[in-house]
Amino acid sequence: MRDARRAAETAARASYGRLLSILVARSRDIAASEDALSEAFVAALRTWPETGVPDNPDAWLMTAARNTLRNAARHRSVVDASAIELALLHDGFAPEVPDLPDDRLKLLFVCAHPAIDEAIRTPLMLQTVLGLDAVQIGSAFLVAPATMGQRLVRAKAKIRDTGLRFELPSAEDMPERLGDVLNAVYAAYGTSWDTVAGADPGAGDLAGEALFLGRLLVSLLPAEPEARGLLALMLYCESRRAARRDAEGRFVPLARQDARLWSRDMIIEAEGQLTAASRSGVFGRYQCEAAIQSVHAQRPITGRTEHAALATLYGLLAERAPSAGVLVAQAAARLDAGEPGQALGILRRLVAAEVAGYQPYWVTLAMSLAATGDRPAATEAMQTAITLTRDPAVREFLAGALDA
Amino acid sequence: MQYMLIFTETESEFAKRNDPAQAGAYWGGWSAYIAALAQAGIIVNGDGLQPPHTATTVRVRDGKRLVQDGPFADAKEQLAGYFVIEVPDLDTALDWAARAPAASSASVEVRPVMPPMAPPAA
Repeated sequence: MRDARRAAETAARASYGRLLSILVARSRDIAASEDALSEAFVAALRTWPETGVPDNPDAWLMTAARNTLRNAARHRSVVDASAIELALLHDGFAPEVPDLPDDRLKLLFVCAHPAIDEAIRTPLMLQTVLGLDAVQIGSAFLVAPATMGQRLVRAKAKIRDTGLRFELPSAEDMPERLGDVLNAVYAAYGTSWDTVAGADPGAGDLAGEALFLGRLLVSLLPAEPEARGLLALMLYCESRRAARRDAEGRFVPLARQDARLWSRDMIIEAEGQLTAASRSGVFGRYQCEAAIQSVHAQRPITGRTEHAALATLYGLLAERAPSAGVLVAQAAARLDAGEPGQALGILRRLVAAEVAGYQPYWVTLAMSLAATGDRPAATEAMQTAITLTRDPAVREFLAGALDA
Repeated sequence: MQYMLIFTETESEFAKRNDPAQAGAYWGGWSAYIAALAQAGIIVNGDGLQPPHTATTVRVRDGKRLVQDGPFADAKEQLAGYFVIEVPDLDTALDWAARAPAASSASVEVRPVMPPMAPPAA
């Protein structure tokens, strides 16, 4: 019994996403596929203790799920149930076939399809490829589980009923479509950055999941430098996690972090990915952001920050992939380089409506104003920054930042 | 799969239909688009609609028939016409929707047509 349970759990952990992707690619129905796969796992726990764990557990689960799906389609008496049957039959994979296909890449592109609302793309990926439930996902995005569940139901229904193309994008469409997929994975990583201090890190944090998806994309798209760029970026950021808070739980800014607390393994992995990506010689937003992080990672080795390199990289980003976030970061880099006037010049070009609720803008503005001697305006800007900050440790840091 | 492309237009676009200075370009744009759809062999059916001022809205509430002068929604973008096309997937339908003149001035909604109801089981 214990062997059966362990075998089932291993299969679930290692293969859930891949098995689901095969069912979804053929049925186009995520919810029905999830149900069918769940039932297959239940059946496994019921029969494997008696019949023994099969030689190929994945193939066994696949066959069971496929049968459930086919029967469910029959009961619905939908005109295109026969189409699903044909799709499932034509694969003809028998339990003896050792290697099941992997349709996770198609699934990821479907989750990030232009017809799917941006806000639900990341949750869809997390639920389908990683098997996370609405509670876990909702908690990371600060959305009530019932609401998140509802949105997921709606999105899956849209995918099932709308006939989105289930193929990988054409070469022409690939850069933009891949960008959407990468943005959705990065959004998962971003949920860990705002983790409120004191909250149970296990409950809300999706950094591990984001890194898994990042590594999966690199393995499935080895020729795409931007996938490597994103992975490198996330690894650089994650490498500094232990240094972001001191022993008392206080916020530690990048410039003051103890680099001995940075994860050397992650930095080495990041450097490897960035190097591999750069061989393509094509600009990519994520590669550029990773390169910026790479400059910061050099500080403990060289003893200084290469401001000129940062200025060049931010200049590239501002030109090729501009956004409020990029411009604010560019301004912050100018400030760090001892050029508050330039920083203010960049900040002034931003549209007020875009940055009204964007905390980093107000922090950078406050620090730049203070550096140019306008203390009253700096204090006012910092007040705004603090009201936009959720994390108490960061609030405390900002409250004293102008005096530091 | 069949998709309906539901075109909306703004007031100024509708006005072009009968404006001698702009009518040529307006109708030329639509003719070219429809010709392309026909060329691709994907048209199931379609029609242009008379402008919103010709619309009447009917509701029945508590057995009472309510008739209102004008379209059902008071919006800047109003229904202007539709085409039902037969294409392999949504992506293809979206590509066609984007090429419609209405997409540049207002918007095009793309919605799958319901499949024919299955006959009752014998």
